[in-house]
Amino acid sequence: MPDLLLELFSEEIPARMQRQAAEDLRRLVTNALVDRGLVYEGAKSFAGPRRLALVVTGLPVEQSATKEERKGPRVGAPEAAIQGFLKSARLARIEDAKIEKDAKKGEFYVAVIERPGRPTKDIIAEIVPEIVRSFPWPKSMRWGEASARNDSLRWVRPLHSVLCTFGAQHETPEIVSFAIDGIGSGDVTYGHRFLAPQPIKAKRFEDYAASLDKAKVVLDADRRKDMILADARSLTLAHGLELIEDEALLEEVAGLVEWPVVLMGEFEQEFLEIPPEVIRATIRANQKCFVLNDASGKLANRFLLVSNTIASDGGEAIAAGNARVVRARLSDARHFWRTDLAPLADYRDKAQKPLDQRLAKLRALNIVFHEKLGTQGERVDRIVALAKELAPLVGADAAKAARAAELAKADLVTEMVGEFPELQGLMGKYYAEAQGEAAEVAAAIEEHYKPQGPNDRVPPGSVSVAVALADKLDTIVGFWAKDETPTGSKDPFALRRAVLGIERVTVETGLRLPLKSLLRQRLLAWQLLDLIKFPTSEFPSALENASAIEAGKTSVHFQRGMVAVTLASEAIVPCQNIATSRAIDLLTFFADRLKVYLRERGARYDLIDAVFALPDQDDLVLIVRRVEALGKLLDTEDGKNLLAGYRRAANILRAEEKKDGVGAFDAPHDAGALVAPEERALAEAIGAASRDAAARVSAEDFEGAMRALATLRRPVDAFFDKVTVNADDPKLRLNRLRLLNELRRAVRTVAEFSKIAG
Amino acid sequence: MLAPAADPSLDPTRSFQGLILALQAFWARQGCVILQPYDMEVGAGTFHPATTLRSLGPKPWKAAYVQPSRRPKDGRYGENPNRLQHYYQFQVILKPSPDDLQDLYLASLAAIGVDSALHDIRFVEDDWESPTLGAWGLGWECWCDGMEVSQFTYFQQVAGFECAPVSGELTYGLERLATYVQGVDSVYDINFNGRDGSERIAYGDVFKQAEQEYSRHNFEYADTELLFRHFRDAEGECRALLAKGEAESRHLLALPAYDQCIKASHAFNLLDARGVISVTERQSYILRVRELAKACGAAWLKTEGGGAASA
Repeated sequence: MPDLLLELFSEEIPARMQRQAAEDLRRLVTNALVDRGLVYEGAKSFAGPRRLALVVTGLPVEQSATKEERKGPRVGAPEAAIQGFLKSARLARIEDAKIEKDAKKGEFYVAVIERPGRPTKDIIAEIVPEIVRSFPWPKSMRWGEASARNDSLRWVRPLHSVLCTFGAQHETPEIVSFAIDGIGSGDVTYGHRFLAPQPIKAKRFEDYAASLDKAKVVLDADRRKDMILADARSLTLAHGLELIEDEALLEEVAGLVEWPVVLMGEFEQEFLEIPPEVIRATIRANQKCFVLNDASGKLANRFLLVSNTIASDGGEAIAAGNARVVRARLSDARHFWRTDLAPLADYRDKAQKPLDQRLAKLRALNIVFHEKLGTQGERVDRIVALAKELAPLVGADAAKAARAAELAKADLVTEMVGEFPELQGLMGKYYAEAQGEAAEVAAAIEEHYKPQGPNDRVPPGSVSVAVALADKLDTIVGFWAKDETPTGSKDPFALRRAVLGIERVTVETGLRLPLKSLLRQRLLAWQLLDLIKFPTSEFPSALENASAIEAGKTSVHFQRGMVAVTLASEAIVPCQNIATSRAIDLLTFFADRLKVYLRERGARYDLIDAVFALPDQDDLVLIVRRVEALGKLLDTEDGKNLLAGYRRAANILRAEEKKDGVGAFDAPHDAGALVAPEERALAEAIGAASRDAAARVSAEDFEGAMRALATLRRPVDAFFDKVTVNADDPKLRLNRLRLLNELRRAVRTVAEFSKIAG
Repeated sequence: MLAPAADPSLDPTRSFQGLILALQAFWARQGCVILQPYDMEVGAGTFHPATTLRSLGPKPWKAAYVQPSRRPKDGRYGENPNRLQHYYQFQVILKPSPDDLQDLYLASLAAIGVDSALHDIRFVEDDWESPTLGAWGLGWECWCDGMEVSQFTYFQQVAGFECAPVSGELTYGLERLATYVQGVDSVYDINFNGRDGSERIAYGDVFKQAEQEYSRHNFEYADTELLFRHFRDAEGECRALLAKGEAESRHLLALPAYDQCIKASHAFNLLDARGVISVTERQSYILRVRELAKACGAAWLKTEGGGAASA
């Protein structure tokens, strides 16, 4: 069966777009073929710096013929309806339609539309230009003379030629002819830009790939990656060094070369005074080179570059040239490093130590954190206050937590972080160490950004935990207060990540955080500020007032310069309502993230739902423990049977509540009306088990509570075995339903069993 | 006909001026008009009206020129080997962009002694944007053995207008390129005149003192009150000229108005270097210059050079 070969040859395609583009090309072409009834056996696409290529194998030579019957209007319908039908069915005269009969409709017209199968080649010639014209590049451009028209072809960079052939392997495939904005298709491509720039003719995929290989173009990006990695490893090994592997860099570099040649360069030993992360960032970001470790695991003064050519001198000039650039970059980095370690002339009077001077600069420049949330300086103040408040909860030294929070953002105005934003935190740690801060303080400056995602580690130190939580809580509360919440795929302030971070830190360190009151108080503070239209710098006084309100105060006073505002309860209550509803909304967001997190840890989503359905769940650690205990309970026979018994009770109650109304059985049962021994036993057991379970829940012993409930299994089974709930005597019926309602309520002390699946 | 290679002191791999002459000769042979620098302080060759304004409208245009470029904030008191507050760009603008622009560019590198059999030349994604000019384009930074030696851009929009047709712009960083082809590590060590011994003039001999003095000026001494006033004056004059030049469907003062836009932009750059513009204000100043640039672009499109039909 015939194959399709397609290549789109252009000027250099950005490396980061290549893989997706190859995937898009494959998807779009094969979908378009299938939509037209052309099923294929296999398809593979390729991308490189100058080309996208696609091979689709095992296509039919032509579409199979189709026959479609289309029902039309009834015989004798108005002329307009008849005309419309003729037009849509492409019939010349109504006599060309069949007439069929139907019991309901009577006689009506039917058009038989027969379509002969069209040659696949013609279809390819139709769909490829369409796909090229509407290709989903993240960014595309116009070029050349054609760009005088505004409807000219757009491509990622100028498109130069299109190779498109179709035909069976054993015969010579033919060119599929079409033109896209003056670029005609053919069977010609080009080799390596410098090593083999001549045109190459190819009609079969095998010839195409082989000719390109000969012309120093490796078509397959994964093969280029393999070549780079293999050469890089053997070259480092030969020098007794170790490659620091970097998948993202490898992927990018493979998109920058048609024919990879790995070379080694060197820089002066003296540059190793710069922190290794900085050297790596410099060399990686600017030069797209790999760095190496020596035998002892320390950074070596060598690097690997991946060139795109086989140079006539074996690559000496290329390696030397790259080394010169690396050296210049490292001198810049060293300059930044030394500058950042030195005092800042203009801020000498504001602070003693270099990093504190940077903090002074951060404040003085009034750098905006977010237009609705004030400056970075104000943010630092908020984080300091919160870190101090959280410190005792996490067992951290409050003074150290406050100090770390104070310095946490100072590195944002250092030269190094200005140049390499990805080094934020890390540089702060280095500079803090250099000015003699306590080790925990320095560590917390780096670690307060952690955990960055589901795979990042939770910071180990208590000071780090305090600052990490303070930073994230301040962010999430602030954006929630200003209604800047994530929607769909849009989460510009990474709030999902912040919440997951808070959850991982609390759960993994077992931290008991009064989340709801913490959030509500701060949301209220933002709301008060909003109401009186005071600037964000007044947040601390707003927070004081919010905390007083939460403690029961009914009127609060604000003072700013000459402006004084007193708020009475008529003003405060609406603010409280807003804060409460936002806090509930925010906790729901926490719950959603926690579900994702727990599910990844293997918890059953229905058990999470069963726990979240209980009122006032804001203690993440307890939620997790409850979910775990519930899981354990349901693994036991008693647990499974209890669940079955609960379900039976709940079903009966639901059915009877439909008759008698919701809440009809809420009153306690009448002990005197218990007749059967099994119902007496159940009543007793429920009383004992629910008291026991409630006591254990308040002692946070969830497994114990679950065990207490599990004792209900036997009396429940016996009850259903022997006792008729819907007895003829209405008094007996009512009493038994009340008993079942008590069972349902007892079980709810540990989880909402109705949410449990299965 | 000038034949730079014939004189060893004009060899582009030995002499800064030889490099400039070789590039000029190369692009002259491609039919470019070889212009002289624009006589105002600009941040980049793109600001020259021969690029900004000429890239707007339908008329074909080919030009090449050296443009001294001033980036007050990049001053390093002559102490950094690669960063200067005043440096040279060699600018080529071709409208519409020719189909073989990449090949022409590579040929120009060959003309200044960069041999593609020996060196690794690469086109690495770099999208260009000038917020002050309301302009953007797609293209690359061109690497030679890992060093960025040129910027290659297909203009898509200038002064807020879609380019029709699109121009191809090449910007060679001359000092970078010279340190590369001459094999020196500091711009100050570049051989300027290609002579040896007592006749040798280095780049540092010409510019080091200037870098020191202007760095002082840019960071310490420039009168900020005066600069704020200059900014306001230039902005006001630009608007006034734009208003006065309106003549029904034509515009009579597009070029003088654009000069005032350039002035405002430079005043802003100096104020920025002096550190007296806060982050939030910064954005609003950039926006104000962009509004001027857009209005000048609109005016230019109503002139003969901008392709307006003759009255």
